[in-house]
Amino acid sequence: MTVALSGKEIAARLAKQFPGSIIEATGNTILVKADSLPEVAAFLKNAPDLSFDYLVSLTAVDYWDYFEVVYRLTSIPRNHSLVLKVRCQGRANLHLPSVTGLWRGADFQEREVYDLFGIAFDGHPNMKRIFMWEGFQGHPLRRDYL
Amino acid sequence: MEVTEKSGFYVYSDVELDKNEGIQIEALKTASQNSIPDPDRWLDEETQRNILLTSLDAILNWARRSSLWPVVCFPACCAFELIATAASRFDISRFGMEVIRASPRQADVMITAGTLTWKMAPNVRRIYEQMAEPKWVIAMGACAISGGTFAQSYSVVPGYNRIIPVDVYIPGCPPRPEALLHGIRMLHNKIAKQSIKQEAGK
Ligand code: SF4
Repeated sequence: MTVALSGKEIAARLAKQFPGSIIEATGNTILVKADSLPEVAAFLKNAPDLSFDYLVSLTAVDYWDYFEVVYRLTSIPRNHSLVLKVRCQGRANLHLPSVTGLWRGADFQEREVYDLFGIAFDGHPNMKRIFMWEGFQGHPLRRDYL
Repeated sequence: MEVTEKSGFYVYSDVELDKNEGIQIEALKTASQNSIPDPDRWLDEETQRNILLTSLDAILNWARRSSLWPVVCFPACCAFELIATAASRFDISRFGMEVIRASPRQADVMITAGTLTWKMAPNVRRIYEQMAEPKWVIAMGACAISGGTFAQSYSVVPGYNRIIPVDVYIPGCPPRPEALLHGIRMLHNKIAKQSIKQEAGK
C-alpha cells in the first residue's frame, strides 16, 4: 500500500526550507501559498527522500470565495503520497504558476482547469482551451455558470 | 329443367344432374383445344430461361436495402449495443450490414450510436457529407434523438437532427439490439417505398 505522508511533518520541513510558504497542513494535505508553489513543488520532486516523481491528478474546486487547485502527488520509488493545494482568490483574471516543467503530465490537466474553471497557468507551453472550442463563452464547471 | 318437390326442398333428378355435368364438360373440352400461351413465348428459349421481369424501383430498392453498409460513427455508450448487434448473437450480417466501413465513401447508412458534443459535430457532419448518395441516418438512443440526459448541457448537441437529416429514430438508453434491429427493419420498409423518380425530382 502507498503510504500517505503526514501533511504536518512535511509542512514543518518545508516551513524551515521556505519560510512563509505553508498556510496550513491537515491530514495528508498541505496548503501552499501560490507564490511559493514552484519552489515547493520542485523540492517535493527533487528531495531524495521525498522524490514525488508522479503527478497523479491535477484538478480544481470552486468554493465561491476562492478556487482551490489540488495536486495529488505520488512517489513511485518511495511508494508514498501527498496532496498539495493552492488557493486562488477572486473570480476574474486568475493566474497560477504552471508545474508542467516538473511533471509533463500536468500539461493537459492544467489546460482542462483553464478551460472549465478559468485559471490560467503561467509558464504553460500551450495555454488554451482543451474541451471547449475557441470562442466559447464562460467556464462551465464554475458554480456561477448558467 | 324438371324439378320435383319433396318436403319443401327443390331437388334435381339424378338424370338431370348427370346431363348437365356432361354438357359442361363437353363445353370446356371444346373451348380448351389449344394451350394457354406463355406471356414470354415471343422470346427464344435461351432468353426465356434467364430473364426475370420486375420494376426498376423494386429491384433497385431490394439491392439497396439488402446491403446497407454502416459508417463508423459511434461516439458514446450506445456503441456497445451496436457492437452486440453486429456480433454473432444478433448478427446484422443477416441484413448484409456486417461491413462496417471506416471510409464514408463506401457507406450507405450512418447509425449514430452515442452522445454528440458540439466539438465533435463538424466532423460528424463532414463524414455525413462525404457519404455517397443514396444515404440514410438511423438515430440510435436518447442522445441521438434529443441529447438524452445531456439535453441541457453546454457541450452536447440536442439531437443529431440539428446537423444531419435523420430517417429513423430508435428510443432507449441504450436501445437493446432487438430495438436496433427493429429500427433497421423500419429503414428497410422506408427504402422499399422509395422511387428513383422521386430521387431525380428532389
Ligand atoms: S442514449 Fe444512453 S446509452 Fe446511448 S449514448 Fe446516450 S447515454 Fe449512452
